[in-house]
Amino acid sequence: MAFYRPASWQKPLSLLLLCAALALPSVLAAFGQEFYIGFATRVLIFALAASSLNLVLGFGGMVSLGHAAFLGAGAYAAAICQQAGINEALLVFPAAMGIAGLFALVVGAISLRTRGVYFIMITLAFAQMAYYLFISARSWGGDDGLPLNGRMTLAGFSLADDAALFYAAAGLLALAMLFFGRLAEARFGRTLQAIRENETRMEALGYPVFRYRLVAFALGGAVAGLAGALLANLTGLASPNLLQWTQSGTLLVMVIIGGVGYLYGGVVGAAVLLLLEESLVGVTEHWHIILGLLLLAVVLFAPKGVAALFGKRHG
Amino acid sequence: MTQLILEQALNGLQFGLMLFLLAAGLTLVFGIMDCINLAHGSLYMVGAYFVAAATQAADSFWIGLGVGVAGAAVLGLVLELALFRQLYKRDHLSQVLATFALILIANETVRAIWGPAALMLNPPEALAGPVEIGNFFYPAYRLLIIAFGIAIAGLLYLLVAKSRVGMWVRAGAANREMTEALGINVRGLFTAVFVFGAALCALAGGLLGPLLAVQVGMGESVLILAFVVIIIGGIGSIRGALVGSLIVGTVDTLGRALLPTLLRATLPADAASTLGPALASILIYLLMAGILFFKPQGLFPARA
Repeated sequence: MAFYRPASWQKPLSLLLLCAALALPSVLAAFGQEFYIGFATRVLIFALAASSLNLVLGFGGMVSLGHAAFLGAGAYAAAICQQAGINEALLVFPAAMGIAGLFALVVGAISLRTRGVYFIMITLAFAQMAYYLFISARSWGGDDGLPLNGRMTLAGFSLADDAALFYAAAGLLALAMLFFGRLAEARFGRTLQAIRENETRMEALGYPVFRYRLVAFALGGAVAGLAGALLANLTGLASPNLLQWTQSGTLLVMVIIGGVGYLYGGVVGAAVLLLLEESLVGVTEHWHIILGLLLLAVVLFAPKGVAALFGKRHG
Repeated sequence: MTQLILEQALNGLQFGLMLFLLAAGLTLVFGIMDCINLAHGSLYMVGAYFVAAATQAADSFWIGLGVGVAGAAVLGLVLELALFRQLYKRDHLSQVLATFALILIANETVRAIWGPAALMLNPPEALAGPVEIGNFFYPAYRLLIIAFGIAIAGLLYLLVAKSRVGMWVRAGAANREMTEALGINVRGLFTAVFVFGAALCALAGGLLGPLLAVQVGMGESVLILAFVVIIIGGIGSIRGALVGSLIVGTVDTLGRALLPTLLRATLPADAASTLGPALASILIYLLMAGILFFKPQGLFPARA
């Protein structure tokens, strides 16, 4: 792998996509396909979650199989905030990010002592712990999850309308991508990628390797928490299923399909996977088989992911 | 109380031994070829389905078990030759993705063939009743599983620790390239290990079938447990897998049985009823995190 460097067409393309996103709800409404606004919002939210994992996995080189725990933590934090009477997303979203980030900080501080496969497994173990804790916490709904009492407001504007939530998700995703892009090119991101490439050398050069990784891990967790809070608003429920390990696996699959370590890897992967799901569901009841076969094909024939087919990252 | 503890300890032993059947194959695949196989649990599920279907067809549990295990071994062989060989050289990420895809395919194929409802698998009639041990009754079938588990664990120990093939396997786990350089066919060896692991999976699935429901998704929960076992024991170590299985089996079973009672004795009833089940179900993960914190390579690291 080499360092991230944005392709020259990346900025205009991002702006174009952003404009397209702004127009999407009205276009869908014009064609009477409002149903797809909710679906598009789901894509955006998972793009955010997958991008946060891409920071950890792609730029930090840490294969975490427990990222869904932070998604779930954010969703529950949002639901619990609402139960406590706070319904303003300007307060709830940062709180969800803070809680998920703090959780990630603790998990990372312990997990980052291990390497390789052991790291994969210990992150998985922590996610399982969180999953079982939420399942058995009866005051938070246990198995059934914690339902939201309607959607929240953002700076006073209600998110109850599907288009409003879509715009909120699009705006937050755009901000996050801007942040991740700047981060990847900044000193911090460069150091992080250098650690991914050669940990021993960076250690010898005197960089606090552990701390850099931990900060990236916690940052990834915090953004996943934001995605979780958005998701809770979309589905109206903080469900323990969000923390299931298969959810972590799905996020991982999104990043790998999209392209590990490419800025837009998470976005592309989330869009491809969810669109694939949505279109395969219509074809056959057993669409998981087709999806599985396609994933196998990606592993065997396009090992660097879809984004790699277009962009160049090798500087 | 002692009776309860004794009974639960036996249950824990039985669960631990079955976990060992799964973990043994997994730890070797992991240890020798450095390959993460998330689909190991799917082999267990498919094996259990094979056994259940063959039992129904042959109307005999033992014939069903034999046919099911053989079927899973054949499936393991096909998978190894067709897919896993491509994956060994790849990074962990590709392995995770490919075997995750296998889980999707396996679950959905099983659902398409056998339907979403759980299959019932009955233990052989001669073993359906309880037997008296000392002064309490214990299901005969569970005793049989314990005996089976001990026999297979012993056999595996002899095979791995005392036989020439076992020596090659251990050598492969400790240093693959050196073993290859010494002229051992690690590739062929690994196919054999993989097939053997698949057979053990099906055996565990078939034996546990009458106790648990044979259903889609049964592989995933047990897969995570098997991973916990081999991480605790140290990847690539059969001895570690055995110790880890017994630890996880007993701690999990005893924790679920005794923790709620213990907590009720010390905490207010309200807190105990919430905390008890939560603590019991995360006990083994706490244990694993604790062990990794102090011994990041597990209890018995295969690579010195």
